[in-house]
Amino acid sequence: MKGGQALIKSLIDKGADTVFGYPGGQLLPLYDMIYDSDLKHILVRHEQCAAHAADGYARASGKVGVCIATSGPGATNLVTGIATAYMDSSPVLSIAGQVPTHLIGNDAFQEVDMIGITMPITKHNFQVTDANDIPAIVNSSFEIALSGRPGPIVIDLPKDIQEQELEEYRNESVEIPGYKPTKKGHGLQIKRAAKTIIKSKKPVILAGGGVISAGASKELKKLSKLINAPVTTTLLGKSSFPEDSPVSMGMLGMHGRKVANLSVDECDCLIALGCRFSDRTTGKIDEFAPNAIIIHIDVDPAEIGKNVDVDVPIVGDAKIVLQSLIKMLEKDSAPINTLKWIEHIKEFNKSCIPRISFENDLPLKPQQVMKELAQALDEETIMTTDVGQNQMWMAHFYNTQKPRTFISSGGLGTMGFGFPAAMGAKVAMPENDVVAVCGDGGFLMVCQDLATVKEYDIPVVVCVLDNRYLGMVAQWQKLFYDERMSHTHLGEVPDFVKLAESFGVRAERVEKVGDTEKALKDALKSGEPTLIDIIIDPEEILPMVPPGCGLTEIVGEYKIEREIPGEIHYKQTKNTHEGGD
Amino acid sequence: MKGVIKMVMKTENPDSENNHIISALVEHKPGVLQRVAGLFTRRGFNIDSITVGESEIQGIARMTIIAQGDEKVLEQVTKQLNKLLDVIKVRDLEVENTVKRELCLIKVHAPTEKVRSEIIQYANIFRGSIIDVSNEALTIEITGDSDKINALTDLLKGFGIKELARTGPTAMSRGGKTI
Repeated sequence: MKGGQALIKSLIDKGADTVFGYPGGQLLPLYDMIYDSDLKHILVRHEQCAAHAADGYARASGKVGVCIATSGPGATNLVTGIATAYMDSSPVLSIAGQVPTHLIGNDAFQEVDMIGITMPITKHNFQVTDANDIPAIVNSSFEIALSGRPGPIVIDLPKDIQEQELEEYRNESVEIPGYKPTKKGHGLQIKRAAKTIIKSKKPVILAGGGVISAGASKELKKLSKLINAPVTTTLLGKSSFPEDSPVSMGMLGMHGRKVANLSVDECDCLIALGCRFSDRTTGKIDEFAPNAIIIHIDVDPAEIGKNVDVDVPIVGDAKIVLQSLIKMLEKDSAPINTLKWIEHIKEFNKSCIPRISFENDLPLKPQQVMKELAQALDEETIMTTDVGQNQMWMAHFYNTQKPRTFISSGGLGTMGFGFPAAMGAKVAMPENDVVAVCGDGGFLMVCQDLATVKEYDIPVVVCVLDNRYLGMVAQWQKLFYDERMSHTHLGEVPDFVKLAESFGVRAERVEKVGDTEKALKDALKSGEPTLIDIIIDPEEILPMVPPGCGLTEIVGEYKIEREIPGEIHYKQTKNTHEGGD
Repeated sequence: MKGVIKMVMKTENPDSENNHIISALVEHKPGVLQRVAGLFTRRGFNIDSITVGESEIQGIARMTIIAQGDEKVLEQVTKQLNKLLDVIKVRDLEVENTVKRELCLIKVHAPTEKVRSEIIQYANIFRGSIIDVSNEALTIEITGDSDKINALTDLLKGFGIKELARTGPTAMSRGGKTI
């Protein structure tokens, strides 16, 4: 057996049913071996899409997503995708070709130091120097990628190693003495957390992506119910808790819902689960949850105390820690003091439900588009987004109910993520509908992969929210830069419908109220990949907390579905901020 | 100088609470130093020196990092180092309970017999040894803590130091304790 064959066998043994890749000179031996193998390979049209597709595959399924690219430019094209996966703790395995070992370091044709380049954006990386190590390296890569805090792995595979004969295929793992992720939380700390929770009168749960990767949604619901705590999420935590619930407050942070931002400001106990307190979530750190005792549960010890000072730190897997915590809370017979709080939140929540019905407005309001998306899609549908306004509208206005149904580039904020991630998600979960919501700017960065969805018949639906602006940057220019719209208008081309049709992809333009819903239903019924070009109002702005401000300082007015005048007397939001940073 | 690794050996202030001696056991294989050094740069941690060499265990190297930063920074450094898969163990050694030594080679301009004997006397006072001698220069090897080495180099400056090579400190806990 040769090195390349060993790689393929190891991948298949580890359950990698599909890989996304793009061949090249230094991968010729491997691709020659793929030709005869059972490995399902999807030829993307740009390596970046291979990495994002593997990421979408991983986030939708919870399995490792695999991508392959050749040495040099192929490998560097993966880099954005790998960094995206790293920031969002997604288990992506990238296999990069490399020049033959005797040429490494000679600046050979298409040589790049992929190990050096990806060191800061991978959980770990390996350069294979002996084909006999391949099974162990692949096995370890899967273990490392999925365990503890998940993350991307790179395997750098020189050409000669792909052809080297193995002495023996040994199905083993590399021993890594320096890697022992903590799963079970510290008993005493969990006890302290339980005591704090019992004493608290106004608890809030903040759920992050760790809840989803640990599969702890059930436990999260149980905890919320047990202690009467409303739940807010980070962007990556979205879909960890059913957002139709009256105690779901939606997303927290710069573009969070008012109820979430103000409740975190008011709460006396914040239970943060599997999140890392990014600046987009906390706003000004000194003003974050000023009245709360903070309990932070995370599998990565380095995240605890990194951004926010924590009162009760618990290192461990969200699911396992929550199970122990719930057990401890259930045993305790202390009276519950939180009924008043949860009733208050429910009422407050009702008064903050964002208005999504804009049936008399043209061009279409994005909120109306979100409403029609919700009407056309079921709760099993996996949504992916790009980055920018489209992403925040989705986060804000589109309610998700089940874990792993909302996939978005949070940490790195990668434009062009949505469409290829949807492609990967659909390959991983063929039974679910998959819809990508993109901006016109982001989609154009990856539009060449319409060829991939067509060739492989991957029936994703791409909704391009088309306002001819780089909307989020334009929004900041409007709010903080005197409306000087420097290079954010995208002009009049392309015609997205014709673009899609040139790839043989079904396409439709939507300009009227009600048509988004219809177009989506038709697209899903057709079973074909479809692009829907939705012309939206470029003027629409989402209220936001300016950078460097506390979470209660919201600029812009939230449009509310139902006002309850006089019933709720809540802290007024300040509207005084000028300028941003 | 946030974000820059200062590989310059400078006198550490032993009284400062912000001085830390981090001892780490790491896998002895290519790329490990790059991972550690890269981590410091990327996270904006300041380090004064790194030394690395074999440890008592085969295949495992010991790294001694002299770094500056308050408790919070140190906690992050330790945690981030621990996250590297090639790093097996990390400890912040207590400054007062640690023996710390550095090796230094100094090539001094010594054109005459008189100058040479003078330099040799200084070297002897500092328990240094002469490891190379020629008509133009003497090379002294000296081991000790950083202050001792600084003191000798200050004395020798008058003769003209042609070349100086310091290893940066390596360290260990006093007594029977290991990391």
